Amino acid sequence: MSTVVSDAQERIRATGGRAPNVFRRGEWVPMKQYPENEAVDFVIVGTGCGGSVLAAQLAEAGHSVVAFDAGAFYRPLEDFASDEREQEKLYWLDERISGGDHPIELGSNNSGKAVGGSTVHFQMVALRFRPEWFTSRTSLGYGHDWPVDWREMWSYYAKAEDAMKIAGPIRYPWGPKRGRYPYREHELSASALVLAKGAEAMGVKWCGTPTASLSAPRGEAHPCVYRGFCKIGCATNAKQSMLVTFVSKALKHGAEIRDLAMVGRIEVGPDGRATGVHYHREGEWRFQKARNVVVSGYSIETPRLLLNSACPAHPDGLANSSGLVGKNLMVHVNDAVWGIMEEEIRWYKGPPSLAVCEHWNYEDEGKDFDGGYAFMSQGPLPTDFATSLVSNEGVFGHELRKWMSHYNHMAGLKMVGETMPQETNRVELSDETDALGLPIPKVSFSYCENDRKMAKHAERFQGEMLRAAGAKSLYHTSSTAHLMGGCRMGDDPASSVVDAAGRSFDIDNLFVCDGSLFPTAGGVNPSMTIVANSLRIADRIIAMARRGDLH
Amino acid sequence: MAPADPAIRTTPFETPYPDYDVLGKWDSVSFNDATRRVVADRLQNVPERRFFDEPTFALLRAVIDVVLPQPERAERDRIPVEAWIDAMLYENRSDGTRYAGAPGKRAAWTAGLAGIEHEAHRRHEKGFRALSADERHFLLACIDAGEADPAAFDGIDAKSFFRGHLLKESVKIYYAHPFAWNEIGFGGPAAPRGYLRLGPDDRDPWEAREAKMPQKIRGLP
Repeated sequence: MSTVVSDAQERIRATGGRAPNVFRRGEWVPMKQYPENEAVDFVIVGTGCGGSVLAAQLAEAGHSVVAFDAGAFYRPLEDFASDEREQEKLYWLDERISGGDHPIELGSNNSGKAVGGSTVHFQMVALRFRPEWFTSRTSLGYGHDWPVDWREMWSYYAKAEDAMKIAGPIRYPWGPKRGRYPYREHELSASALVLAKGAEAMGVKWCGTPTASLSAPRGEAHPCVYRGFCKIGCATNAKQSMLVTFVSKALKHGAEIRDLAMVGRIEVGPDGRATGVHYHREGEWRFQKARNVVVSGYSIETPRLLLNSACPAHPDGLANSSGLVGKNLMVHVNDAVWGIMEEEIRWYKGPPSLAVCEHWNYEDEGKDFDGGYAFMSQGPLPTDFATSLVSNEGVFGHELRKWMSHYNHMAGLKMVGETMPQETNRVELSDETDALGLPIPKVSFSYCENDRKMAKHAERFQGEMLRAAGAKSLYHTSSTAHLMGGCRMGDDPASSVVDAAGRSFDIDNLFVCDGSLFPTAGGVNPSMTIVANSLRIADRIIAMARRGDLH
Repeated sequence: MAPADPAIRTTPFETPYPDYDVLGKWDSVSFNDATRRVVADRLQNVPERRFFDEPTFALLRAVIDVVLPQPERAERDRIPVEAWIDAMLYENRSDGTRYAGAPGKRAAWTAGLAGIEHEAHRRHEKGFRALSADERHFLLACIDAGEADPAAFDGIDAKSFFRGHLLKESVKIYYAHPFAWNEIGFGGPAAPRGYLRLGPDDRDPWEAREAKMPQKIRGLP
């Protein structure tokens, strides 16, 4: 789809020894390139929180890396408009089939298609998992333990937060002490102050949200100007997406990025090992040889690629001897409560979720469900808000226009609630194919009883807090956000797809590194956990290479 | 929402921001080139009808005029929501989700609009466009309340079509238009200049001034 802004979606940009300089209009940075017929150390499929981090770290350690992305390579300063319709170009809008009892909305809701992945349009909420969640089965009695100790993960959170210069509060009120955030906290917007006021009135702790948007200059990027279009792409580069952080770092250290390059199949040789990837770029199918293949396509595209790479040696798909590829897909319950304030809030300004309450992530008393949820203040742009309003309330006519004219007085609290892993929630291949001839994925999702109890609990609690802040005319909307799971990591080959290093139990030169590794979803936005986990996996792979344990 | 009694006439919408014109910021630092190109294209290049035939397009427009009535606007200032719905279907654009068992967008819109027309004939023995304003509104409210004749909708779920396609697509188009930004007091384009004043009841000089409180919403406490 072409747009009036640029041809980034039409023509490859990362080619001819150069890639777009994301910090300058029309400028380029040098890019190393690798021949297709010589095996590179690593082919990485996807450049989001998983792939770009791994590409940067592995290239820095001296490995040859080619990272593929199906999306375009944008220069935010000149390619991003302040416009919701135009910015739909950042979403994965290829058709997918969504079924189950509670089918999830895909596309804009949870899937990005750009170099930098979904982080180009993520909401920048930068939270850590509660320590006990890494042993949720052992410590809390639900889900699955992660094959990694929480202290190790927390040390990588600190590295991820430093790499993305997270702006956060001096003192975080929940969980073990953490170091201070690299950048100072943002000023609270009026919508954030609604959460603060409600929480204070109820005697519940709250704080400014650690946010992946600059509160002070960094290199060529200016601090956040509070324009509020974060969720559809930051046009000033204050947002610390993968595009302006790890992708840039990867290029600097000699990784090659191939934009508008859709990987369709992983090739496996006679010895049962991966030999490279078939990818579609500039109108033709091509092949890149590799010593190791890393799949970082997120919870739908990663299982899709593994399943579609089935071959005689691996008839059920690659890395799938457990039968778990695509299974245990999780989302976050994203239900919200909205109300009308007497004062003007004008929630379109600033990062949309500048205040957070993690009370029910850390408090286990008084819950009738397993798992936890956080909730944040809200600031949806007009069409985002209007679509949620009409699909939940069915309002139309003059009443719709009146309701929308309360836009500047609206406030809301929206949860990020942990759903339980269930094998029946999964990604499969349908028997329909897309324009490239690849099978369209079919996603099935149904809430379980526990998920619904949590949503009810949050509806009551958020409603109480919003009322305590002075909101009137409350109403409730339901939706989901984020994707997690689908290729669980673990210690046991029978109950997980890959090990703690993301390495397949079946094919020792095939790795997965993205949000699909999550054994449990946690009650926080997943991006920081994906980045931290990817930094950890990068260190493990680098260590393996040093001791000669890699292909 | 239960169907409203057609006898209760609603008061017409009035904007709380009569003095605000987001396009007045066109040459300011709130607009960058990318945004100017996008908004100019939206204002100047309204797509021609290419997907629906003429009678169906006229029906669609009549339905849109119930969903988002704009009686205060002259024809040339009206936001032509139907034009972009037709363009989306002509270009066969996906939004990334097709619900299992549901038809694609083209089939859903074709069946949905035919269903509305059938429903009008079933209830009133005349076409949707021949109904009074109250009758049109009440008919759509009945569809939203699940009271439509399923046989009229050719296998699609009438309520899902109404909310998931008709309402959702209409507001995505309508509230992406600068005239709609004006009426709700949305700041609009904001790059490279964003905002300085973030607190409650505070605004920068380049934001909309609220001249009166928004109208009450019927049915809300």
